[in-house]
Amino acid sequence: MKRQIPLALVILFGWLMLALYFIPLEGAQKINENLLDWTAIIGIFALALGIWSLISVNVDKIQYKKRDWPYSIVTLFGLFAMIVFGLKFGGADSMFQGQESYMFRHFFDDILIPIFSTMFSLLAFFIASAAYRAFRARSALATILLVGAIIVMIRFFPFIAEYTRPVADWIINVPNLAAKRAIWMGVGLGIVATGLKVILGIERSYLGRD
Amino acid sequence: MSNNQTNNNSNLSFLERLMLLDRRWVFLVLALVVVSTYYIPMKVPVPASTEVRSIYDAVEGLKEGDKILLAIDYDPNALAELHPMTYAILEQCFRKKVGVIITSLSQNGPGMAEQAILDIVDSTALPRTYNGVSYPGREIINGVDYCFLGYRAYFELVITGMGQNFRTFYSRDYYDVLLDSIPIMKDVQNYDDIEMVIDISGSNVVDAWIKYAAARYDVKLALGLTGVMMTDYYPYLGSGRIFGLMGGLLGAAEYESLADNPGLAMDGMKVQVWAHITIILFILIANIGYFGTRKKRGL
Repeated sequence: MKRQIPLALVILFGWLMLALYFIPLEGAQKINENLLDWTAIIGIFALALGIWSLISVNVDKIQYKKRDWPYSIVTLFGLFAMIVFGLKFGGADSMFQGQESYMFRHFFDDILIPIFSTMFSLLAFFIASAAYRAFRARSALATILLVGAIIVMIRFFPFIAEYTRPVADWIINVPNLAAKRAIWMGVGLGIVATGLKVILGIERSYLGRD
Repeated sequence: MSNNQTNNNSNLSFLERLMLLDRRWVFLVLALVVVSTYYIPMKVPVPASTEVRSIYDAVEGLKEGDKILLAIDYDPNALAELHPMTYAILEQCFRKKVGVIITSLSQNGPGMAEQAILDIVDSTALPRTYNGVSYPGREIINGVDYCFLGYRAYFELVITGMGQNFRTFYSRDYYDVLLDSIPIMKDVQNYDDIEMVIDISGSNVVDAWIKYAAARYDVKLALGLTGVMMTDYYPYLGSGRIFGLMGGLLGAAEYESLADNPGLAMDGMKVQVWAHITIILFILIANIGYFGTRKKRGL
């Protein structure tokens, strides 16, 4: 029963949602709307589970002083600080003004944004290093890739942009697009096949092993 | 570096050394280039591409009182590339008195959206500077000129839900005001009541906009994406599923240039150009070393 009931629910709602997609009647759309509400409600439980999991993993790390445990303190501090400062109660003078509160805003603007931006900026350095090491004209195909990459990179450089940009645009819009389109068509067919396998009950790995 | 490594390196020829530069040199040179070029007064010409111009033209063609939905679906890591797009589009809409309904379906998106809103919006009509540009005072009022709906989890459901009614998932806006009491939202039920959706995104939220809003509800959709995402979405432009595409700092700079709103993206282009040149030089150096030592390596 532990497997049959979830499987039956997935098959039932899978077919139902598929049918509702193609039925433009008002009643059918109302059912669709209700089902979407249900999905959001169920999702909230997943959120609670996620928070619980984050807390328990990090508390465990701190308790047993596992590797890099001090970072867990920072994680938990960040989690609770943002929850507390994001709360909304009291009057206009209260420091708890939800997402508009001074502390919430400043934690976001002055801590989160610089951290995220720094992490992303570091990518430029790793890309430069990786390009230096990996972009070698070892074969004809590698040479084509190398030349293509260089043309695309220099397409905006003043003085030569006039000549490089049309070539770069062609590379992006023709060979690149053709390859991407083929990949996406393959991905699309794969998604349809997987979806069908799920709602036909063939694909069951999401049920777990127990 | 250990003594063995130092001895081995001292036996290398010049060409071999070119191939085996320590990556810290690459980091250092790139850092110097990025920092120094920021202060060089140089203008990079950014002629607008067709895909960026089509977004600009579509917004420019709107009438006063029309409404668009601007989806700010990116986190702070994409700030440098995508924030200027948000600023440029918001600015263009406010100049034209086009209403903007803003949503944020990525987790840190509301913070980004609110930062842009706080920078631009002004109910006191004072002159201000944002995105590197100074503007004279003008009144932009919450609920009248724009409305910020905020974040809801499960973006695929929210995008589908908004196709039926915005109130399915947003009964109140980000500031806890009932949607029905917001002037700009009074006549807006679903996508049929807005002219277009522009999704500025650094994540897979963009796929849901294409699949559910554009494909299912036939919404007129344009995208602003990070540079690395760009090539993935060109096929949708070719198929007509989206009508415009802005990619990375360049896309933002092109839009700024079109909108006569030269901000941080146009300024950042010079740094990007020189950084690319530096990377190309490193690639060339490595290849000179590679070809110069082929014989020695018996290739």
